Amino acid sequence: MILAAVSFAIEDGEFIGMLGANGSGKTTLMRAALGLVPVSGGAVSVLGRPATRGNSAIGYMPQNRGSFSNLRLTGYDIVASAAGGAAWGLPRLDAATRREIDWALDMVGARDLARRSLNEISGGERQRLLLSQALLGRPKLLLLDEPLISLDPAHQRSVVEIAERLRDELKIAIIFSAHELNPLIHAIDRVLYLGAGKAVLGAVDEVITGPVLSRLYGTEIEVIRVKERVFVMAGDVDVERDAHRHDHDGGHRHDHGHQDHGAHV
Amino acid sequence: MTAAIVTIMAIRITAPMFDYDFMRTGFAAAGIVALLAGVVGFFLVLRGQTFAGHALSHVGFTGATGAVLFGLPPLAGLVGFTVLAGFAMGLLGEKLSERDVAIGMMLSLALGFGLLFLHFFTSYASQAAALLFGNVLGVDNQALVSLAILAVLSLIALGAIVRPLIFASLQSELAEAKGVPLRFVSTAFLMIVAVAVSECAQIVGVLLVFTLMVGPAAAALRFTRRLYAAVALSAALALAEAWGGLTLAFYSDWPVSFWITALSGLVYFASLVNWRVPGHGAAQAPTQP
Repeated sequence: MILAAVSFAIEDGEFIGMLGANGSGKTTLMRAALGLVPVSGGAVSVLGRPATRGNSAIGYMPQNRGSFSNLRLTGYDIVASAAGGAAWGLPRLDAATRREIDWALDMVGARDLARRSLNEISGGERQRLLLSQALLGRPKLLLLDEPLISLDPAHQRSVVEIAERLRDELKIAIIFSAHELNPLIHAIDRVLYLGAGKAVLGAVDEVITGPVLSRLYGTEIEVIRVKERVFVMAGDVDVERDAHRHDHDGGHRHDHGHQDHGAHV
Repeated sequence: MTAAIVTIMAIRITAPMFDYDFMRTGFAAAGIVALLAGVVGFFLVLRGQTFAGHALSHVGFTGATGAVLFGLPPLAGLVGFTVLAGFAMGLLGEKLSERDVAIGMMLSLALGFGLLFLHFFTSYASQAAALLFGNVLGVDNQALVSLAILAVLSLIALGAIVRPLIFASLQSELAEAKGVPLRFVSTAFLMIVAVAVSECAQIVGVLLVFTLMVGPAAAALRFTRRLYAAVALSAALALAEAWGGLTLAFYSDWPVSFWITALSGLVYFASLVNWRVPGHGAAQAPTQP
């Protein structure tokens, strides 16, 4: 049981930052929306329909982003592998598909980047390519699982800016999971905070407060604001920073969990 | 095999190599197998499952020796056994490439059983050498037809799954989310690999399957950065290495399998060198460890 009694609704064109410690169910929630995780009770509804596998209305960027770090293939070929990649038969890169790929690359400014080989671009550049891949098929909802992981602050900013632009230009809803709120704090419309099997959705100022987070975690949580930055502390420990540290030893995990209530996305 | 080469030595002065029936058959067989191995092997390398391919070839040894013991053609035992093993491996799971201990144990066990079967037909010692190191010049017309049919069927099957296979190989989680049945694709692919491995074993033997399945594909992935160009190059390299090996063996009287492994190794290690040719795209890429 990862999530229980979680119920919330996300509007069209909304940029949601999903926060929470490791194992709080961020990935599970995304996988549930993709129909990959069975829900033991309640329902997950995406764009008015029950969650099913292979929903083309959802763009997804998994946390485990693939096994091509040693490949010299071009970014274009990697992105293109997702264009109709679930269909049987031989790959067909017809003019319409190529136009679609170019459009997706242009949306994140990666047209030139895609000509280079995967092992010679930086982590931030790779993230941009994979973000463009998630746009193939013109989804209405974008699920980005920890796109800021292991990026330096400059690249973090550029990824968040691209996500903002995608929301504004394409009017799509984005759920963007992260360990730390601060890189997202000015970009997101609302924050979805997961903890202790529960979730709270609301404006940053409403959710990231001592009382709300203390109720969520069932322990004393303090929120400290220093200028523009927010720190969430449990006792003496910085909750978000601690969660971030854990991540490097558990790069790949599947937290298969269940939800009791519905998440209406 | 030695007998065949001695014959060549005696008459090669008077006749070019294509005057001999067994050379023509050998070239045809090596060509079919090399094309299949180059294409299927490419995806094996792309998926990081080369060790699984190696293990399948050892299972093939058991199948082939077992088949001979029961008076069946070795190719039937090879294909039957490896396809079954490929099916089992596919069902075991997606993360197969990480299970090197399990695969390694299976590999030893298979070779052990192969040895036991060999023990029962000691009169066929040359057959064992042919299975381990290949005997392309021993391929008869009937075997050639079998190789051709199996290769065509494998390539058709591969063509049917290649699109989700590429997607799943590069980004399995995303592919799963987009509705690719990962386990089915992986299992079907390993069964295709099993056929390709069995065919390779006919040419270079079960111990040297890597040389045609993995060598050309790994080199191709270093020579070009485009996916489909790499598939074509892998097949072309495998073909050149197989035919080159046959030709060199004809004129040198050294074993065919030796020459194929030598050429394959040469091409692979050449691909590791960072060629700095001005104006050549791939040459500008810095090699990152």
